[in-house]
Amino acid sequence: MTDNKKFLSGNEAIAHGAYKAGCKVAAAYPGTPSTEILENVSKFKESIYCEWSVNEKVAMEVVIGAAFAGVRTLTAMKHVGLNVAADPLMTMSYLDANGGLVIVSADDPGMHSSQNEQDNRNYAKFAKVPLLEPSDSQEAYDMTVEAFAISEEYHTPVILRMTTRTSHSSGIVDLGDFTPLPSSGRTYEKHIESTIPTPLHARNMRPKVENRTNALREVAETSNLNRIEPGSDDLGIITSGIAYEYVKEVFPEASILKLGFTNPLPAKLIKRFASSVKRLYVIEELDPFLEEQIRAMGITVQDHKISLCMGELNPFRMKQLRSEIYGEPAPEIRSKGVTEGLPARPPVLCAGCGHRSVFYALNRLKATVNGDIGMSKPLYAMDTVVCMGASVGNAFGMEKAGYKNRTAALLGDSTFFHSGITGLLNIVYNRGASTVIVLDNRITAMTGHQNHPGTGKTLMGDATKQVSIEQVARGVGVDRVRTVDCYDMAAVEQVLKEEMDADEPSVVIAQRPCIIGSRVKTERQFVVDFDTCKGCRICLRLGCPALELGDADPNNPKLQKARINHVLCVGCSMCQQVCPHGAIQESPVATNN
Amino acid sequence: MNNITNIALVGVGGQGTLLASNVISRAAMLAGFDVKKSEVHGMAQRGGSVVSQVRFGEKVYSPIIPEGETDFLVSFELLESLRYADSVADTGTAVINRQIIVPVTVSSGQQPWVEDIYERIDRAFPKNKIIDAMDIAGALGNIKATNMVLTGALSNFLDFDEAVWEQAVSELVPPKHKDLNVKAFAEGRRVTA
Repeated sequence: MTDNKKFLSGNEAIAHGAYKAGCKVAAAYPGTPSTEILENVSKFKESIYCEWSVNEKVAMEVVIGAAFAGVRTLTAMKHVGLNVAADPLMTMSYLDANGGLVIVSADDPGMHSSQNEQDNRNYAKFAKVPLLEPSDSQEAYDMTVEAFAISEEYHTPVILRMTTRTSHSSGIVDLGDFTPLPSSGRTYEKHIESTIPTPLHARNMRPKVENRTNALREVAETSNLNRIEPGSDDLGIITSGIAYEYVKEVFPEASILKLGFTNPLPAKLIKRFASSVKRLYVIEELDPFLEEQIRAMGITVQDHKISLCMGELNPFRMKQLRSEIYGEPAPEIRSKGVTEGLPARPPVLCAGCGHRSVFYALNRLKATVNGDIGMSKPLYAMDTVVCMGASVGNAFGMEKAGYKNRTAALLGDSTFFHSGITGLLNIVYNRGASTVIVLDNRITAMTGHQNHPGTGKTLMGDATKQVSIEQVARGVGVDRVRTVDCYDMAAVEQVLKEEMDADEPSVVIAQRPCIIGSRVKTERQFVVDFDTCKGCRICLRLGCPALELGDADPNNPKLQKARINHVLCVGCSMCQQVCPHGAIQESPVATNN
Repeated sequence: MNNITNIALVGVGGQGTLLASNVISRAAMLAGFDVKKSEVHGMAQRGGSVVSQVRFGEKVYSPIIPEGETDFLVSFELLESLRYADSVADTGTAVINRQIIVPVTVSSGQQPWVEDIYERIDRAFPKNKIIDAMDIAGALGNIKATNMVLTGALSNFLDFDEAVWEQAVSELVPPKHKDLNVKAFAEGRRVTA
């Protein structure tokens, strides 16, 4: 079977699992660490219809519709995306998943690229739906297939819970017989008592949800996703997800109850395991989701001082716990004494990024900026960030609170389509005067360049209607809509000033395609005239990686002047526009500075 | 548990560390080992420090290398080798590309450059090989093959058959640049032979 072994990331494994399970419809909105799931599903587009939906709620509604129609269907989103999609999820728990319905939640312990580290296992308990937690890529593949089977048999959505580490680490996956499973043959038939939750129907559905949970508890008791790995009876550990891998690495001698099917919990299995060991620990990443329920079963779980409930786990934290459990000396991180004063290397806006001029102008105008997700890099330029689309409502709320400073909402094009439009409509309806700036780079850049309604292309690669942000803004009733080229810094500043000062709602669309996507090196090139440069460093305020400081005078080491790195420079001319001394000039040919 | 070999690849976003880690992972898999690879995608990439980890052995659990247990460091940039130094075992080997990518914090004058960078590297890694991987790749026709030069340089330290490496490189590099990458790998392998 060597032929069917592949080296796959957790996200790739889920896509393969969806194919194997005979999934027919997949929908998602991109979000780290979940994005590659749908990108990889699209490689099976001959078998699976897939799309970037406008947001997670729509994605959830699309797959629910597909499940009503009787086909197997999958949605994937980052943890906070499930907040957006929570409304349909909570009720879908009551309704009939006629086709298998799998929801992948990719959580982000440690907040590698997220605004919080909420533990979405709680959603499974909250919505009363089954929960599977893979520990590696093989399990991500196997459990995806299993999740469809459980969903279809019990007519319920199933949550498959990934984390950044399980999504983005890779391992060997045996795909076995990689041919799609046959369809269930189910089709849509009208039966409103299980698809329309009017109060009368919903009250009948409610006990069915409870009965289903009880039935699933029995499934969890005997499921091969939950297994005891016998070891020393002195130390027993109950664990799930990625934590299992660290436990195996650091506690090779322990008895382990490895839980993969974690809602509802197999109480009898847990009690049996607990009674077989002298000391029982529960080791899990983020919330004490298992531990609280296990304690509530009346089982004694050992306390420990090393806290595991915040941040990402790793072998080092596991070793710290081990030293506490065995009363051994704590592990140390040894220093080689070579890291002192190392200059930081923060992520930066690319040379030629159109966003730069907008941030620069907002800074000069001393504006208060309600920012948004995806705009998070130049933090100095923003005042607040909450969640997708929140900038618009936040700016309006500050206005209604009587805050008088120049204020703007700042969001990207993809975020505007995701959840900026409703906030904008609210401003118009409620007689606001807020300014919404859309940084329009024609792509979902932050997550790695996914298409959206403004790009004219779908996930399947088909051409589609390119929705105009300007027309949308006018359509919801904004009269002042202005479009400006990000590379024209004077115009950017002028337009922003006028619109922020205007006494009615306004939208500014600041345009320049993402420099990474376009990869077009402009014809223009600029050089710093060494004699004219005063070393004032005003150009450096742009934070452009192509601008460097170099020694200017061997007798005066303090005097440093600007240089342009032509490997990085794309010729956007912003530095020329801000130089007060006219020291940066266009040069007709490529030179070596 | 120490029959696991731990390799870390560090550099600056865009330098090609991911392809190199894929080739190493594939080679280890072809050599019959269990393999895990870990990296973090997302907003940390653009121009920032990147780390990718590969572990192989009879059975690998954690995809993350335990602190201080990295056996081989492949650094695509001089400064980044130091940033990762404390995670490398005292007995570890470092293969380092002789290239400096000046961080924006230095080019904009906010932080001073590390003047004693070579001394620090010698102190951090008693066993280190600093090689002109970028120049070698450039001489072959494209500096983008720097990653394969470094992979070739690492390959001598891992006990895999040469055929395994050839297959891994051929399978994973873009088909139209296959010849270049195969040559780059061979050159890197020659440098540390």
